[in-house]
Amino acid sequence: MITRPLLVQRLVWFGLALLTLLTLIILFFIIGYITVNGAPVITPEFLFTMPERMGKAGGILPTIIATVYVALIAVVVATPFGVGTAVYLTEYTRESLLTRVIRFGADALAGVPSIIFGLFGFILFVIRLKMGWSILAGGLTLAVMILPTIIRTSEEAIRAIPEQFREVSYSLGGTKSQTVMRVVLPNALPGILTGVILGLGRSVAETAAVIFTAGSSLRLPKTILEPGRTMAVHFYILAREGLSMERAYGTAFLLIVVILVINTLAYLLMFRLTRRLK
Amino acid sequence: MNEKIVARNLNVMVDEKPVLRDINLTVMANEILAIIGPAHSGKTTFLRCLNRLIENQPGFSRTGELLLDNRDVRYWDVDELRRRVGMIFATPVPLPGTIFDNVAYGPKLKGVRNSRLLAEIVEKSLRAAFLWDEVKDRLFTSALRLSGGQQQRLCIARTLAVEPEVVMMDEPCSGLDPISTAQIENAIRELRAYYTFILVTNNVKQAARVSDRTAFFLSGELVELGPTAQVFTAPRDRRTDDYVSGRIG
Amino acid sequence: MRERLIERGLAVVALSALGSLLLIALFIFIEGVPLIIKVGIRNFILATHWAPTRGSFGILPMIVGSLEVTLMALLFGGGTGIGVAMFLSEFAPRWSVRVLKPLIELLAGIPSVVYGFIGVVVLVPWIRKTFGGPGFSVLAAGVVLGIMILPTVIAISLDALNAVPPSYREGSLALGATRWQTLSRVLFRAARSGIIASLILAMGRAIGETMAVIMVAGNALLISASPLAPVRTLTANIALEMGYAVGDHQRALFATGVVLLVVIALLNTIAFLTMRARK
Repeated sequence: MITRPLLVQRLVWFGLALLTLLTLIILFFIIGYITVNGAPVITPEFLFTMPERMGKAGGILPTIIATVYVALIAVVVATPFGVGTAVYLTEYTRESLLTRVIRFGADALAGVPSIIFGLFGFILFVIRLKMGWSILAGGLTLAVMILPTIIRTSEEAIRAIPEQFREVSYSLGGTKSQTVMRVVLPNALPGILTGVILGLGRSVAETAAVIFTAGSSLRLPKTILEPGRTMAVHFYILAREGLSMERAYGTAFLLIVVILVINTLAYLLMFRLTRRLK
Repeated sequence: MNEKIVARNLNVMVDEKPVLRDINLTVMANEILAIIGPAHSGKTTFLRCLNRLIENQPGFSRTGELLLDNRDVRYWDVDELRRRVGMIFATPVPLPGTIFDNVAYGPKLKGVRNSRLLAEIVEKSLRAAFLWDEVKDRLFTSALRLSGGQQQRLCIARTLAVEPEVVMMDEPCSGLDPISTAQIENAIRELRAYYTFILVTNNVKQAARVSDRTAFFLSGELVELGPTAQVFTAPRDRRTDDYVSGRIG
Repeated sequence: MRERLIERGLAVVALSALGSLLLIALFIFIEGVPLIIKVGIRNFILATHWAPTRGSFGILPMIVGSLEVTLMALLFGGGTGIGVAMFLSEFAPRWSVRVLKPLIELLAGIPSVVYGFIGVVVLVPWIRKTFGGPGFSVLAAGVVLGIMILPTVIAISLDALNAVPPSYREGSLALGATRWQTLSRVLFRAARSGIIASLILAMGRAIGETMAVIMVAGNALLISASPLAPVRTLTANIALEMGYAVGDHQRALFATGVVLLVVIALLNTIAFLTMRARK
């Protein structure tokens, strides 16, 4: 006979396992649903031709290009700031009011809703700095948005570097900056890349912050001062205005694939970092 | 022989707690000084004061004098000081990378760029650490794949590559097997003509085998300093006697 | 000298995140606050009529809408998330956690427009058929947001549970308590503040979410207690009208942003204080 506490325990186990299973089912349902409906849409024509009639027909080439541009600008701009902040926090200061304030800033920035970034980017980059709706304005807005992600991940990666590595470098006459550049950063690189790649993922996935900064023009952007429509924005417009369900599914599938690849890559890199330092 | 390192009334506090108390000692050029004593007696702290690694530790303060070549270490340019006073750590810490990268690391920091010159330095240093023959065919493989003893000799080569005058070793054989230990002790004996050695060890027999003079530290104090033979056979202080004969420690 | 310069430079760089935050607040406030002052704070946040092109700027329906979908999201996502965190920390075998955690993180990587889209093509028709009404509703938005906040709730609750010293767990198990008794009486209590913080941060996420909500909430300007009624949230209000708003209308959208920012700041401060209370 099973005693009551043990019976309760089994019921609880079952209930919690069910919730976990439910979460996984939702994940796989979303990915599966988009794949089943979207994968058949992917053809070379879809990927490499211009859209026609507002996206009702034709391909999505300009949105792919715009996405790549915007995400690259975001990452290229945010990475030096993010890594620099992480290096300053870990290597150049001890815990103090200053580091707490810096960390608070990063945490609070991470909590700001993306639509607010959109408003901010619109008023600062598009209007005040007269960039207009442009790839550049969109990229810079996203750079601010992904800054906390890069700071956090880089900081964790740098903290994982054993203190002895630094001592060896110092004991051989290395200055602080030499130690950071030659020992700390190269060894933390996989972890830093994880943050950069996650930032890339967020940039690709983002809609609210880019739609009001990069615009939604379907023309092929030739310079970064021209507007562009990213894949996520294109997908949103297609789906919301019911222009072409088929093309919406195709675009969504492409987005999901990119996100899957990015997350896998980030995970593998983090795994490599932890294994190498063991 | 001249005085290479001199400590006068050296007191060190970490977080208000005294770690070294009133240390007075001299290390002569080209001698091998062993520092023995139980754990937490201040041996490592003394080494870290000498190359000022201890300054990276919060809450550190120091009074008294600690001279290298008649100049207090605190007035040396810190990078210059650390190039002159090399340090080998208790556990071998090869940096992730190749054997070559590890040995060339210090010279590169100094600004040596010429690849032929670097190769020469690497070979010379590895030979001096008695590692060359074992690794000459795989200089560009990961240093992490070497055995523990080889790694420690690699660390010695890495330190020698910077051409130091003083080599401090902090229990360099603590994690090694007897054969590796013998190889390292052998290297120390061969190198004594060119360097001044400070060998911190809690292996009393090792101190007896290798050193010219021995200092005994206990609870942050220098209890006794004398020729190794005398410290081990006729110690002047009871506590030294207790320690070297194994009654305490 | 060079080293000094590098340190100075890094110190400036390190202020980038904080600087951005202040800049964001500054610009949103500069654009939004004058309008709030012009129409009066009561006529802004307590008035129910929103006709910005005709001088009515009442955002109460949106405030209520945001609250409704957020609470609905907590209802669906909060308990589930805490349950999953408990399962991962106490019951699931180690190897499975290594597989499950990245999968759950993946959930956070899926673009919000994709969540909204799935909501439109799957959830909304289902609600319409099962419960009636338009389908686009508080309920639909709540379910979608509930799923979207799962990664936040799970990650932070899990951290909190894992941070409980092992001696607590061992002590309780040694006294003969079952795993569940240990979890519910000891661990849950010790990790309480972290779990609460996870819910508060998840609320911030839900209130701030835009695209997914626009797609499923219906965006109607009305106040209704029914979970089947369509609503418009603060974020949706901004995103829907930003494309064509000019003059006071545009400033009113920034003013909506001010309200949103203040709410988020409050929630984050509460979460921050709750977490700190633990230490």
